[in-house]
Amino acid sequence: MKPVTVEGKGKLRNFIALRRPIIEDWKHTLYLWKSTKLAMIGTVIVVIFILIAIFAPLIAPYDPISSNMNERLQPPSWNHLFGTDQFGRDIFSRVISGSRIELWIIFLVSSISGGLGAFLGIVAGYFGKFVDEFIMRITDMFLAFPSLVLAMAFAAALGPSLTNTIIAISVVGWTVFARLARAEAMKTKKQPYIEAIHALGAGNSRIMFLHVLPMCLSPLLVMLTLRMGTIILTAAGLGFLGLGVRPPLPEWGAMVSDGRSYLVAQWWISTFPGIAIAVVVLGFNFLGDGIRDIMDPRLRR
Amino acid sequence: MRGDLLDVKGLKVVFYTYRGIIKALNGVDFWMNSKERLGVIGETGCGKSVTALSIMGLIEQPGEIIGGDVYFKGKSMQKMSVNDLHDIRGKEISMIFQEPVSALNPVMKIGFQIAESISRAKNIRIKEAYPEVLKMLELVGINSKRTVNLYPHELSGGMAQRAMIAMALSSNPKLLIADEPTSALDVTIQAQIMELLDDLVKEMGNAVILITHDMGVAAEFCDKIAVMYAGNVVEYASTMDMFEKPLHPYTKGLLKAVPRIGQSKELVGIPGTVPDLVNPPTGCRFHPRCPYVMDKCSQEIPPLIEVSPGHNVACHLYTQEGEHHVN
Repeated sequence: MKPVTVEGKGKLRNFIALRRPIIEDWKHTLYLWKSTKLAMIGTVIVVIFILIAIFAPLIAPYDPISSNMNERLQPPSWNHLFGTDQFGRDIFSRVISGSRIELWIIFLVSSISGGLGAFLGIVAGYFGKFVDEFIMRITDMFLAFPSLVLAMAFAAALGPSLTNTIIAISVVGWTVFARLARAEAMKTKKQPYIEAIHALGAGNSRIMFLHVLPMCLSPLLVMLTLRMGTIILTAAGLGFLGLGVRPPLPEWGAMVSDGRSYLVAQWWISTFPGIAIAVVVLGFNFLGDGIRDIMDPRLRR
Repeated sequence: MRGDLLDVKGLKVVFYTYRGIIKALNGVDFWMNSKERLGVIGETGCGKSVTALSIMGLIEQPGEIIGGDVYFKGKSMQKMSVNDLHDIRGKEISMIFQEPVSALNPVMKIGFQIAESISRAKNIRIKEAYPEVLKMLELVGINSKRTVNLYPHELSGGMAQRAMIAMALSSNPKLLIADEPTSALDVTIQAQIMELLDDLVKEMGNAVILITHDMGVAAEFCDKIAVMYAGNVVEYASTMDMFEKPLHPYTKGLLKAVPRIGQSKELVGIPGTVPDLVNPPTGCRFHPRCPYVMDKCSQEIPPLIEVSPGHNVACHLYTQEGEHHVN
């Protein structure tokens, strides 16, 4: 820990010397990561999931959407790894391309609900009093409904489509982040340095977004990762109920629903997308738990 | 108007709490001219910091200013709009805090935090403020190139306080409020910081309010001293007068309680304890502890009156009726 400038030894050297503490910190994080087994498993699953989503068109052997009636309801074989469904579409290809849709949903829902929740929560926690009451009572109203039921209501009202699924899940999901950000903002607001910066003339918006927001980020990030599993589940649930993504698109929940009537004789239609959902949700939950442990300063020592 | 820079007139502040209403300030009176240095002395909880926050306009719920006013350069701060107050804070009045390390944002580099306050005061971009940051850091005696990229936890208390001073003085404010700037530092660093503050203020010509409970520091640094007790200014005079011939019984008691090297006698404390501000004593708030207490003391609040030129005291001993009691 000696952030001393190294004279005359090139810019890169200097750059590294100045940032030694940060590098050390990252090394420590990496060490903790490696020693937390579940976090490793979670990371591996999530990384594979993301890679599959990126390279989906290269991996999938068949077209996931166009039907082929000659090969309908085939059991798993080397030709069709996961078998085919009632329209002769290759389940393996559909699961693979489905990962793109799931990832897209996760990404958008996380940024919308996380952003909205963080913004409202910080505003509520920072100003307090009337603003706080107003925002938190709205939050309570959203929390009064079971989240899947509320998401269903929104999805049904908006009509089934990918965009509407994302809107529905985001509208339901922001409350958790709002509460978390509010708690953090209230805690940070009382810190002496906020009073100090106030005394030096900083305005409310500057304090909120430059000084309070960064202090809320780490719990918010953990919560985001923990919620990603739930987001997939909700999306799949909506798909299963026919309120989510429109039929030809290979959304995992909708695929499970497709195979319902064939479950006894052609088990593979529902099973493989179901396994995909389970594995990815598990992966995100492991990752979330791991990140929470790694970021906990008490466990860092 | 009594002082050309700052005039605090009968300031009353209360805090609404579960236990009841805390009467934190009960008509605080003092005034300052520009470039003057005022020391505010008093025990913990006598309202020194609340006074400072009121001057900054930073009293927030559950606190409230219920009476009196602060005039800064002749303008009433109670009547000022939020925007005007905002313009004064940081540009015209600046503040240094007790615990420098916790008064700096732990997740931001020192350089950025100073740049931020400079950029606001001078209306320039944060990036353009960096040359100024380096200059200020050198001015407070820190290796600027190194410190700019450090985080507050990487600094020692003394260095953090220097950085804080750089931040507060970067806008060259008319008035600098230093709220116990050296209480959290050890004695050698204290001396260094006070010396630094002395040099900088002499050079830049700021007025200073130094809040402290260290009589020695106040005696060395200040031109004038205000002694506070339980939310009142009980004595307000030039440093010389205050230490040469203290008038108020509380000031006398305080000065007797300061240990001196070579002193063989035991220290004399002031009997009793600081009153509970939810139910403060009636009349003069010091009367239950006062050795010269009279009937009048528990009935009437003594006003701050000028006894000799520049020497003000709030005590019934020096109002006309009490005159004969003095020695």
